[in-house]
Amino acid sequence: MRILKFLPILLLAACQGTSNQTGAEKQIEVFTWWTSGSEATALETVLDAYRVAYPEVDLINASVAGGGGSAARPILQTRLLGGNPPDSWQTHHGAELMEYYVNPDYVASLRDLYEAEGWYDLFSPALIDMVSRDGEPYLVILNLHRSNTLWYNKPLLAEHGVVIEDSLSFEELLGIAESLQRANIPAMCMGDTGIWATGIMFENTLVGTIGPERYLGLWNGTVSFTDPAVMAAIENYGRLLDYQNTDHAALSWDQAAEKLGDGYCAFYSMGDWVYGELIQNGLEENVDFGWVAHPGSEGTFLLVTDGFTLAKNAPNPTEATDLLRTMGDRVVQEDFNLLKGSICARTDCDRSRFGPYLQWSMDRYAEDVAVPTVIHGSAAPPAFQQALNDALTNFVVQRDPQAFAETLAREARAAGFGQ
Amino acid sequence: MSLKRGILWFILGFALILYALPVYVMIINGFKDASSVSLATMWQLPGRASLGGFTEAWAMLSPNLRNSLAMVIPAALLSSIIGALNGYVFSKWRFRGSEVLFALLLFGLFIPYQAILLPLVRFLQWINVYGTLPGLVLTHVVYGISVTTLIFRNFYVNIPGSIIEAATVDGAGMIETFWRVVLPLSLPAFAVTLIFQFTNIWNDFLFGITVVPNPKAQPVTIALNNLSGSFSVDWNVVMAGAVIAALPTALVYIGLGKFFVRGLVAGAIKA
Amino acid sequence: MVNPHWLARNKGLLILLPSLLLTAIFVYGFIGTSFFFSLTNWRTLAVDLSLRNPLWETYTDMLAMPRFQADLRNTLVFTVLFIGLAVGTGLGLAILLDRQIAGKGFFRSAFLFPYALSFIVTGVVWRWIFNPETGINLFFDILGINRVLESAGMSPLSPGWTTDPEVVLSVNQVLAHAWPGGATFQIEWGIPVALIPIAIAATWQLSGFVMAMYLGGLGGISKQVRDAARIDGAGEFRMYRSVIIPMLTPITISTAIILLHVSLKIFDLVFAMSGVGPGFATDVPAIFVFEMMFKAARYNLGAAASIVMLVASCLVIVPYLVHTFRSRET
Repeated sequence: MRILKFLPILLLAACQGTSNQTGAEKQIEVFTWWTSGSEATALETVLDAYRVAYPEVDLINASVAGGGGSAARPILQTRLLGGNPPDSWQTHHGAELMEYYVNPDYVASLRDLYEAEGWYDLFSPALIDMVSRDGEPYLVILNLHRSNTLWYNKPLLAEHGVVIEDSLSFEELLGIAESLQRANIPAMCMGDTGIWATGIMFENTLVGTIGPERYLGLWNGTVSFTDPAVMAAIENYGRLLDYQNTDHAALSWDQAAEKLGDGYCAFYSMGDWVYGELIQNGLEENVDFGWVAHPGSEGTFLLVTDGFTLAKNAPNPTEATDLLRTMGDRVVQEDFNLLKGSICARTDCDRSRFGPYLQWSMDRYAEDVAVPTVIHGSAAPPAFQQALNDALTNFVVQRDPQAFAETLAREARAAGFGQ
Repeated sequence: MSLKRGILWFILGFALILYALPVYVMIINGFKDASSVSLATMWQLPGRASLGGFTEAWAMLSPNLRNSLAMVIPAALLSSIIGALNGYVFSKWRFRGSEVLFALLLFGLFIPYQAILLPLVRFLQWINVYGTLPGLVLTHVVYGISVTTLIFRNFYVNIPGSIIEAATVDGAGMIETFWRVVLPLSLPAFAVTLIFQFTNIWNDFLFGITVVPNPKAQPVTIALNNLSGSFSVDWNVVMAGAVIAALPTALVYIGLGKFFVRGLVAGAIKA
Repeated sequence: MVNPHWLARNKGLLILLPSLLLTAIFVYGFIGTSFFFSLTNWRTLAVDLSLRNPLWETYTDMLAMPRFQADLRNTLVFTVLFIGLAVGTGLGLAILLDRQIAGKGFFRSAFLFPYALSFIVTGVVWRWIFNPETGINLFFDILGINRVLESAGMSPLSPGWTTDPEVVLSVNQVLAHAWPGGATFQIEWGIPVALIPIAIAATWQLSGFVMAMYLGGLGGISKQVRDAARIDGAGEFRMYRSVIIPMLTPITISTAIILLHVSLKIFDLVFAMSGVGPGFATDVPAIFVFEMMFKAARYNLGAAASIVMLVASCLVIVPYLVHTFRSRET
């Protein structure tokens, strides 16, 4: 009989489940993987800006957590294939956008919006090129992260008589690593339960060793993964692996950042989402930690972006377009990026609002050659990205550069862009 | 005798400490504040207990707790009742081909759910229950049938056939026998299947999120998963959230626990 | 006059009918769809349902992948480790609690409690506990175990747990002798050390449920049976070993099958605890299916892996069913 007590709850919940589908009021659904901490707060500033401008619309924030969208993606894919898309969703630029969404025809062109808002003059041409196919843009970019930054614990290095200037060569890094090892300190911080974290160190070393032109050549088929320069990069990456903290395989990337801050290890080759993590742990930039371009990658900006699409046949196209317009607004981008710990995709943001690291990143973005990240899906199709992760998983244990290079070359051909 | 008791208590106490270790880590880290949760101090008690983790987790989880209850109660009850009926037929009213049918049902236990998401969503859309609570309950009931049937069948095998025969000789039909004779003996099996189904359905993530896209109608596990973001995780909130989300299930265990010891067949009947 | 047997049979069928119908759609219909996908060219997000030529190429490609070979090995090793540990522990706990003692209800709830927790979070906690630098290894020092070992001239105990890429007890040599094709295996066939902590964590989580199953069964064994055994002069241990445990066989079988479905489909716990592990030492087919389908968008490959998982479960289920068929005839 106790069941009867629950019956009203059941009926109530059942009605609730269906009522949202038939509601007549205007609504819009946006799908992201920013669900907690500073990311969620940053997202809320954007959504709030929209809610203030369009109070009559019910905005549904259908966020699903998971590193790099790991839990979010199955849901989104199933919904897209099932013909039930959200109005707008989050994705990285480049191959991920093209392969997942543009080729299968899931997203609509945003050319009209770009033209109406004058965005062709306010975003850099290189960036617009990365979100466009045949001259049609498909994404509004909200923020830019730099992936090829080498973070270091300043007091720890000072203790060992090391002062880093504006740049650091690979040989210098190895020299420091060697002397730290004698003091029983692992030079390189790593937390690769998610293999992508060591993947970042690999792609940073890759671009730092072979330079941006050849790096870009890898993705358009003019350079092979078995090229001697690439082999040298793999060797370099392997040498860095020798100086890692021994428990790297049991740590997540953010726990490695914590180790850096606590002085258990000295350097961390990682994207600048580390910056937000270090600040959150109460560390002060230029005092407790410093940064420099990953060795050899001065003049290159490995770009990780987050942007939003407009669904083709979106249930609420007008409302969705309004949301994307809000996302491209200068003040919205400033507010968002201050919280997210990244820089504006627009080029006209007020730099005085940002701290020293982010100002440095803005300067680098203005001067450097921007190249796409492969680890976050922008440089190569998803099948290759997965194959690279698998090859890295093997390489970290087996350390066979030849097998690693040959696997990548074979997978590049299978994915349709290799030689 | 007292030495034996002593050894028994020692073993149980030792097992208890081992079992509690992870829960200890979870709870003490749930009571730390965001900046002091760290691997290096994972075993240490918080310097000053902070409720921040629990209040934040509660704020994010509580709206979805009701959805979970509304989903798990009918789903666990329905699948257990269906399982009991199926198990009764498969153990006491076998017919030619019933083993084959049992095998076909049992096989459902092993399908990897990732692989069937797409046809599942299509089918639920087609019968017009996609995105609704009944659709989610239906999914959980269907995928629960095989395990509940298995548990009840193997449980009923132990019931002496003489009891069933006695009832039928008295003129009771198949259903009546089930209702009057078999069901009252089934409490331990119901305790097991309800615990199993309640826990599985309560902790399910994949179906909850694919079948119900609206965050306001989703079960609590999705909110729990959302406590950890893609790039930054407040471990104290995650740990606290896990404890909160586990409480309803734990209450069910305590409530059902006493039924385990009830005898399947009172010895008197058999003698 | 209707034959009562016929009536009973049809009543039985009638009761089963809804379950059978739902299973036909949700299990066989959907699996059939997946099987079809595994034979197609569908390897991007754009649906492509044209059949692959040669038809089975997705399967042959997959079986040649070192990663998938490692997954098959890991599933096998994990299943044996986990079911053995969980059944042993759960049975032991149930026997300990199968008597009148104070606090019985408390112990029962305490051992069951881990099962209430969501795998995705317990995975994180276990990852912390098995961290070789800050986790459980500290206790080897604190409890003085390492001091004893060192004084005995042995090296201190500090396992790498999930970070250890080693595969012990490799049988590749034996395989190569037994079967010429064995030499072409691209992985070490043995026990990946990193799977042991995962089996421990899974046992911690599930052994309370196993205990509950056995407590349900033990409650059904009447006092007369126990008394009869005692009159025969059997001690406590002998009584359990030769009388009670054999009587619990149906419970043991259902428990093993339920644990088998947990071990074949295990995902959240491994994903949170170690991911694919060093050199795929802890990768499992469910993670493979997930990554291929949803990260690499290779739908045909993910579907093929899930079909192989199903076929693998047949290898265990079919002998069980043959066993039940036989026992009915006798």
